[in-house]
Amino acid sequence: MSHKMKDATIPHIPTGARISRWIGRNLIRIYAVFAFTYLFIPVAYTFAFSFNDSGKSNLIWKGFTLNNWQNPCGAPEVCTALANSIKIGFLATLFSTILGTMIAFAIGRYSFKGRSTSNLMIFLPMATPEIVLGASLLSLFLVFKINPGFWPTVIAHVVFCISFVVVTVKARIASLDPRLEQAAMDLYANERETFRRVTLPLVAPGIAGAALLAFSLSFDDFIITNFNSGTLTTFPKFVYTSAARGIPAQANVIGSAMFFLALAIVITGQIVGRKRKVSA
Amino acid sequence: MGKIRTPYLLLLPGFGFLFTFFILPIINLAQTSTQTPVGGGDTGQYEQTLRFSNYIDAFVENKEQFGRSFVYALIATILALAIAYPLAYAIAFKGGKLKNFMLVLVVAPFFTSFLLRTVAWKQILGEEGFVVPTLRNLGIISDSTTLTSTSFAVVMGMTYNFLPFMTLPLYASIDRIDPRTLEASGDLYANGFTTFRKVTLPLSMPGVVAGTLLTFIPAAGDYVNAAILGSPNTKMIGNVIESRYFKIVDYPTAAALSFTLMAVILILVTVYVRKAGTEELV
Amino acid sequence: MTKESISAKGDLRLTRLTKSYGDFTAVDDLSLVIPEGSFFALLGPSGCGKTTTLRMIAGLEEPTVGSIHLGSTDITTTKPYQRPINTVFQNYALFPHLTIFENIAFGLRRRGIKDVDGAVNKVLDLVELPHLAQRKPTQLSGGQQQRIALARAIVNRPALLLLDEPLGALDLKLRRQMQIELKWIQKEVGLTFVHVTHDQEEAMTMADTIAVMNEGQIEQMGSPADLYDNPKTAFVANFLGQSNLIKGTISSNDGDSHIVDLFGQKISLQKNRSHANDQFIYAGIRPEKFRISRLGTPTSGNILTGGHIEDVSYIGVSTQYQVEMPWGQELMVFEQNDDGVAPFSKGEEVNISWEPIFTFGLRGDEDATAGSEVNPEELDEE
Repeated sequence: MSHKMKDATIPHIPTGARISRWIGRNLIRIYAVFAFTYLFIPVAYTFAFSFNDSGKSNLIWKGFTLNNWQNPCGAPEVCTALANSIKIGFLATLFSTILGTMIAFAIGRYSFKGRSTSNLMIFLPMATPEIVLGASLLSLFLVFKINPGFWPTVIAHVVFCISFVVVTVKARIASLDPRLEQAAMDLYANERETFRRVTLPLVAPGIAGAALLAFSLSFDDFIITNFNSGTLTTFPKFVYTSAARGIPAQANVIGSAMFFLALAIVITGQIVGRKRKVSA
Repeated sequence: MGKIRTPYLLLLPGFGFLFTFFILPIINLAQTSTQTPVGGGDTGQYEQTLRFSNYIDAFVENKEQFGRSFVYALIATILALAIAYPLAYAIAFKGGKLKNFMLVLVVAPFFTSFLLRTVAWKQILGEEGFVVPTLRNLGIISDSTTLTSTSFAVVMGMTYNFLPFMTLPLYASIDRIDPRTLEASGDLYANGFTTFRKVTLPLSMPGVVAGTLLTFIPAAGDYVNAAILGSPNTKMIGNVIESRYFKIVDYPTAAALSFTLMAVILILVTVYVRKAGTEELV
Repeated sequence: MTKESISAKGDLRLTRLTKSYGDFTAVDDLSLVIPEGSFFALLGPSGCGKTTTLRMIAGLEEPTVGSIHLGSTDITTTKPYQRPINTVFQNYALFPHLTIFENIAFGLRRRGIKDVDGAVNKVLDLVELPHLAQRKPTQLSGGQQQRIALARAIVNRPALLLLDEPLGALDLKLRRQMQIELKWIQKEVGLTFVHVTHDQEEAMTMADTIAVMNEGQIEQMGSPADLYDNPKTAFVANFLGQSNLIKGTISSNDGDSHIVDLFGQKISLQKNRSHANDQFIYAGIRPEKFRISRLGTPTSGNILTGGHIEDVSYIGVSTQYQVEMPWGQELMVFEQNDDGVAPFSKGEEVNISWEPIFTFGLRGDEDATAGSEVNPEELDEE
């Protein structure tokens, strides 16, 4: 050890101790890396096998191909199922967002008798197991001799999405500074104009988030859909029923594409949100 | 003035919808649960006989599956908590500028279809995957052990699939903790572990309660993980209810089972929430 | 759509204004007139009702009892967007989703004014921030936000401009600067300003007239000099600056002065500066009016003897002394460090003297601690 390099005030720590100290301090970061890897394993697997030259059954790796990505509707029923899921998702999102936003404003903005009961009502669907939601709706439809299918599925999806919309929008409303609306009225905007020009634009991101959430919940739903869709296939149903005989690689393509699309949307939203805060 | 009526007008469509398509169905389910098949009628024809013994029959016949469902759900919840807590902690305290991005990463895998993910696990843990052969080569498991069609796989699938429901509320709660309270704890002679036990953990309790509820409730009623990753030996109550609707048509039993499931969950949740002391969940 | 734009103008008149929330009365039978074109301050501690009063003037709260008139127009129940009154909020309340330009233009657009560009640019020049027009509020510093909030209100040329503790969030230097600027802008633009604050120095710097509020009522109203030199109540005497209040009795008269007996020592007080209604009185003197002198040094005016120095605090500009008098009370003295005489030290025996005209007299049944910062009873609780 060269003495002229050694500062009297810097303690000398042996390398071994240094490494174990580093691990101790960063233990939780290392854990996070492992946890994220674990989260992504099935995603990576799905993505990898979307390139499998597999034919009907995608169980064993046969070879790399871009065919599946070039021809995602190649396997029968994949695109029908996807189209159904998107249609149902869109309608369910539309209705649940409108109904849920109205409820969120009522509960979040006004104090009235029955407010706490309303909160409970919203909590109930979230606390009910999906199987009970699905089965009970099916029972009701059967009583009225309505066959399971497209519209019963949309209705079922709206039922379980409303609560999530309410919670999301309510949170956004709660963070709204009431003085902004007072300022608007102070500056000659009446109630309607205040809502249109100040309240709504500021709550809009919450509503957008709620809509996105509702769509993802609807698109990915299996249990409730299974009970109420009859012979109509949705994407998750398609995967479930073809799991036994082999899921075509095109399903992997769609799954991966959904993943990247959703990731892109969320990241774009984050970047746009961040740009708003940075000085021009 | 319109001011008093406005909240009720806003609530009317939404609650009207929920009443028709949530409350009524549940009521209908209740009245289905006490019916019996019409003697001499076709399958699927029932009459109301207020046969409350349906419940007892249903429960006794399926007590194994009931028990299994709650055990699996409990184990999955505990595992999810164990995995998610350090992760949420890492993001909240070590995330820095990348916090939001890391949260997106937690949720992102769930943009791939839930079924695709579960089927992927089935194949990863199956004979053709890379896990089993590797473990066999390392001698950790014997050549005859399989990982799929086991309760291990089912619980593992459940834990994995409900992870974001556990992580996000945990994160929300942990993120609210002012790091200076942890510093204050250290200043007052508490070491790392004691600080965690006496400061961090209690302050993060609302998140723990919310996360465990959001995980346990759907887990108890789940049947997809059991169907894909399990075997007839791992049947959960959800599987039973599903088959009573679609395979063996027996609506009263299915209804009775559904209600029992809901009732048990409700009781467990109420006891748990009372004990943990959280009021505002929504 | 045209709004009912009230062309009301004139003095603001509050008549018997009361606001109660259940049992609690925030504003209690308040009456006052704010002359057009003046800079008026509502001064008081938190919870005294000043903000509630302001909000009632703006229309953001409805009075329980009483009326508000602007000139000859009764605006008690008109909506905020129908009043020619604008507010500068405490936290600025700038619309985060609009640019600075659109924030300022907001009121103009709602009123259907045509030449928005001209008016907005003019007021941006007035607050010296024309380059920020296209930014968003979150990109501005606190001081800049405050000036934009002001611009947003002023651009509408309201009959009345209300300011709700607008300088509270700024640091000291910036606050001082803004106080001077606000005063200049008010003179320049000629609007009536009503400024709510708990900072008495701020009120005294900026306002032509101050109303001191306490527990929903006005204790005293007048120019800063009036309030400071001749407070009528203990609250005003203690809240505005600091005061020494010494209990005594009026023993006799001498022309246009009272002779007041303070624990055996006699001082004189001008009759027109006394607010006592019987012989019991508190004699009040501001700490900077006292002179300390060593025993044997010649003094004039009112004299109190037998004090000795308990505490000395050197503050650069001045030295503050606590002098304990024979009857146990500690008097506060501020001496300017403007001559070469060495400051007095702890333990020294001294006399206190002052010009008689600076004495003011308060009612003998007043609470001598009202308006001072610390409640001495709270300190005693162990």
